[in-house]
Amino acid sequence: MPLPTGDTIGILADNLTLRQSVLPIPAKSATRWAAGLELPRGSKTVLYTGLMYQMIPYIAAMNKAQEDIEDSFLVNFIGLGRRINKLINVSSIMARPSKTMQQAYNQILVNIARLLQQAGVQFGYLYEEELYSGALIYDLGMDHVLKEHAQRVYATFKKYGVKKIITVDPHTTNMLRSVYPTLINGYDLTVQSYMEVLVERNIRPRSDLNTAVVMHDSCVYARYENVLNEQRTLLARAGVTVKEPANAGKFTMCCGGPAESLFPKKARDQAQKRVEQIKKVALNAVTMCPICYVNLQKAAGGAVQLEDISSYLVRAYC
Amino acid sequence: MARVNPEFAGAVKESKAFNASACMNCGVCSAVCHMGIELLPRKLFRYVLLGIEEKVLANVETIYSCLLCKMCEVNCPASVHIAENVRFLRHYINKKVYQL
Repeated sequence: MPLPTGDTIGILADNLTLRQSVLPIPAKSATRWAAGLELPRGSKTVLYTGLMYQMIPYIAAMNKAQEDIEDSFLVNFIGLGRRINKLINVSSIMARPSKTMQQAYNQILVNIARLLQQAGVQFGYLYEEELYSGALIYDLGMDHVLKEHAQRVYATFKKYGVKKIITVDPHTTNMLRSVYPTLINGYDLTVQSYMEVLVERNIRPRSDLNTAVVMHDSCVYARYENVLNEQRTLLARAGVTVKEPANAGKFTMCCGGPAESLFPKKARDQAQKRVEQIKKVALNAVTMCPICYVNLQKAAGGAVQLEDISSYLVRAYC
Repeated sequence: MARVNPEFAGAVKESKAFNASACMNCGVCSAVCHMGIELLPRKLFRYVLLGIEEKVLANVETIYSCLLCKMCEVNCPASVHIAENVRFLRHYINKKVYQL
């Protein structure tokens, strides 16, 4: 029996309303990546993680639990779980992230910050005041819940006098650049992905990687935000030959991630299809979205060497 | 025998987001869907435009299974905003069925 759609969406929406994130994570865990980087708190320009990379180890742990529940008698208790969740954060009990995975995902954020510093960008960070963008709640059609949350996010930017936001993932980019302006009157923030900023700044590599890699484009970057050339430009400058799988660029195949919260098995089947396409081209690939990264990695089971694009970029440019 | 629900048809008409009437029912969307969702969007949009709410509500799992990846949308010759239409239906179901 699949997970009950209404109760599952209800839990995610309740979490956003009560705890400012679909999957609440401790502030310490969300900000740990920035330790030692001495980024100023707030600034006219901020690096905005939207908590996406930090949340993935928790999502992975939660999905493991969900996969165990899906098709078992436990699905009958999710309605009860929703009622309890209003009082106690149930996800904090269910999702115990792996430390290794947390370190790996934090390192991606460190890489991105170092790349921006290398390109001469002055930026701050909002630390524990940074909020999740609400992307999943938007996808699930909970617009009334999202609208209230978007106002909170916008108020935080206003509090620090933020004018420009540099994002690290496609979903947060899409929310802050294309969705928020439809929800907030007078929205006046400039939003760019870090890859767009690096190309605009004309960052130059310090070493030639002299390698080849398969590109897995994110649907949201490619089809929602038209971020298609930046990743190719940055890799090409770094001496990386980009190999394209079937369904490349604007016609990229989705990793299946968006189905994960309600239908974990469908998400895994979709990821498997994409991994098969990648494997036909080469056994190493890059992603630029934390959701693509975790889903494809899980489906590949080590058969494909996947890396976030920032890992390649930091080796060439920093 | 399908029943038309005028209230449902009215709710759809009021929405500025739902633009399925441009759909020519050509089937490209179904052909390119990686999830193999045959229902989405062309058949589903017919049900919606005709106000056959019961057929829409009988396909809740399919509506939430869509990845919103827009593969269908970039291939749509009629420029239907398919992802936004699916999101609109989710919003409707969230309120009407799940009382969220």
